[in-house]
Amino acid sequence: MSGRVLVGVKRVIDYAVKIRVKPDNTGVVTDGVKHSMNPFCEIAVEEAVKLKEKKLIKEVVAVSCGPQQAQETIRTALAMGADRGIHVEVSGKDYDTLGPLQVSKIMAALAKKEDAQLVILGKQAIDDDCNQTGQMTAALLDWPQGTFASEVAIEGDKVKVVREIDGGLETIRIKTPAVVTADLRLNTPRYATLPNIMKAKKKKIVNMKPADLGVDLTSRLEQLRVDEPPQRQAGVKVETVADLVGKLKETGRI
Amino acid sequence: MANPLRGEVIRLYKNLLYLGREYPQGSAYFRERLKSAFMKNKDVTDPEEIKKLVARGEFVIKEIEALYFLKKYRAMKKRYYEPDK
Repeated sequence: MSGRVLVGVKRVIDYAVKIRVKPDNTGVVTDGVKHSMNPFCEIAVEEAVKLKEKKLIKEVVAVSCGPQQAQETIRTALAMGADRGIHVEVSGKDYDTLGPLQVSKIMAALAKKEDAQLVILGKQAIDDDCNQTGQMTAALLDWPQGTFASEVAIEGDKVKVVREIDGGLETIRIKTPAVVTADLRLNTPRYATLPNIMKAKKKKIVNMKPADLGVDLTSRLEQLRVDEPPQRQAGVKVETVADLVGKLKETGRI
Repeated sequence: MANPLRGEVIRLYKNLLYLGREYPQGSAYFRERLKSAFMKNKDVTDPEEIKKLVARGEFVIKEIEALYFLKKYRAMKKRYYEPDK
């Protein structure tokens, strides 16, 4: 038991920003747009830090794949209480095609290299909404997985995970090492305060390349186009109740 | 002349200013209000009174953090979960 937890953090466009699609439909506008850590990754970091505070694990390692700016996201994780960071540098064309499969290959390689006991990830990112990285990481490692966790408890060399499933909860017990993905109700992530961000500057971030881990980043997916969601239709004003009832009947609502 | 609590007050101000960057109505709005709140009490000299005010500032920090969390949580819930029936 290494007592080490690997947490994946992704840098995404901030949840409060209005997303704009590029005019040529090749993607969304990211230049000069505020980015922050994926909210589900924040929940994953918080869970790992909580486990550490309860002394159930020894070390929390935050991992992010992406360009130079991904370090800011790692810094936020460090400010929330992670012990050290690993930045897997992926930039340019590789970053454009970086998908869940590529990231899970990196995560799997790192989990082996760092001898992790647990890998905690967010269930999905709010930019591509893939919800695949955790599952694929577990598959590549051939480890058990506890996805959509709303409660995590370590019991010796096992982890009890309460999962959010359609219409209820499912409780499973899996052997470590394992992969857990965080759902929204798992915990309330703490805020990375200014003093903690300052303190986090002293923590180490190791920089590495995918090639150092022996990971090939070729993607077999081709993105055809990106479109805006359909615009909401304008509403209609009605004069009288009779009009309203008439309109509702017309649209088949009543 | 330098008040021993001076550093503490400045730290509080800085922390609040940092938090204000994400304020829903914009950081300029927040900074204005923050500054006027601090300026209102600039003549307070009683150390006990200053300590009380700093404690209130710390409380405000907690409140703002909670506000941000709730705002984000609600946004996520609205986007990814079915509305409660």
